[in-house]
Amino acid sequence: MGVVKVHGVAASPYVATVLLCLEEAGAAYEVAPLDMAAREQRTQPHLARNPFGKIPAFEDGDLVLFESRAISRYVLRKYGGGDLLREGDLAEAAAVDAWVEAEAHQFHPAVAPIVRQCLIEPLIGGARDQRVVDESVGKLRAVLEVYEARLSQSAYLAGDSLSLADLAHVGFTRYLMATEYAALVEEHPSVRAWWERLAARPAVRKVTALMPVDFGIKSPPQPQSG
Amino acid sequence: MAMKVYGPAASTNVARVLVCLEEVGLDYELVPVDMTKGEHKSPAHVSRNPFGQVPAFQDGDLILSESRAISKYILRKGGGSHLLREGNLSEAAMVDVWLEVESGQFDSAMSPIVFQCFVVPMFMGGTTDMKVVEENLEKLKKSLEVYEARLSRFKYLAGDFVSLADISHFPMAHYLLVGPHASVIDAYPHVKAWIADIMSRPSVKKVTELMEAAIRMN
Repeated sequence: MGVVKVHGVAASPYVATVLLCLEEAGAAYEVAPLDMAAREQRTQPHLARNPFGKIPAFEDGDLVLFESRAISRYVLRKYGGGDLLREGDLAEAAAVDAWVEAEAHQFHPAVAPIVRQCLIEPLIGGARDQRVVDESVGKLRAVLEVYEARLSQSAYLAGDSLSLADLAHVGFTRYLMATEYAALVEEHPSVRAWWERLAARPAVRKVTALMPVDFGIKSPPQPQSG
Repeated sequence: MAMKVYGPAASTNVARVLVCLEEVGLDYELVPVDMTKGEHKSPAHVSRNPFGQVPAFQDGDLILSESRAISKYILRKGGGSHLLREGNLSEAAMVDVWLEVESGQFDSAMSPIVFQCFVVPMFMGGTTDMKVVEENLEKLKKSLEVYEARLSRFKYLAGDFVSLADISHFPMAHYLLVGPHASVIDAYPHVKAWIADIMSRPSVKKVTELMEAAIRMN
């Protein structure tokens, strides 16, 4: 089998989701970096791979994909990874899908502005908008209450073993935990314990090591191969 | 026991689930949730959708939230997995890609437009914020350029086969067509033809009628 290619930078939480799946599946891959500061993702040849000009894009032979969750599902189906999609059982697969959707529609909209305002804006010469942060913190707190209730019933979001749903949360949580709003995770004991379980996984340690808090803007990480 | 869908038919996320049930022909019961009275935040509803949103879905002991997850479950269970192409890795991946695009690009631009043009005047007695509408129409147009390029090459989004990725667009496409900004698609002839094709599916026509009936009742 050939080596699949991930176009983007590992510091991106969206790229990280794909890398985590590749690592969990033990698949051979290479990261083809893009110069994000020069907005290389908005030009050809990247646009031919991701017409929305975003990262990641992904190549496996002739197949070109974009959208991190779609790529992740493909990687897990083709390369394995310990049944992280549960596609052998309708109800379990639905639970995985529902929590992947929850990351997209509930968790991400609440956490992304906090990461943007607290970590990214200062790096690009902007100022934190505390009103945006406060509004997002309120939303995230409400979301984490739902997560707390869920994770007090099962070790992982979709059941008692790891799934794509959990991996999909790692990228943004990694950055949240580098802000003072890590307290939001810490004040929910089941969420905290779940995060600690995830953070201890070799795949998560390997990928988060490629995700410096300065997003590589000051210290670009070297392209990695798996 | 028939499957149950909780929520108003006029909700785009509820309609997405209903169209999948219609595609596979499974029996279902649509249980109303009166959002104008805050019923979606009631303990009974929150026990089914912990985020206090619609739809919620029940099939025996299984309770689910999130319309695209529910839709996949229904299609897999009801013999509609050809709309997911799960027998073919590459095709299934293309369905997943364009379902993500539907959610992240199309729905995210359409949702504020529909909220401003329908919900605010009809249900909240307010006035449309045209700045929000204009901003999101610009985002929508940028996405439609990508769709036009794609649909110039393939009959449907994931390839030359219809899939959940296409059908998932219909609820917001319906509100676009019946709202004040329908002409935005005139500049994208392949998109316009593709929307017409999707809207002509019997399942889509049936659910569109349910959506319209629900709005007339309000």
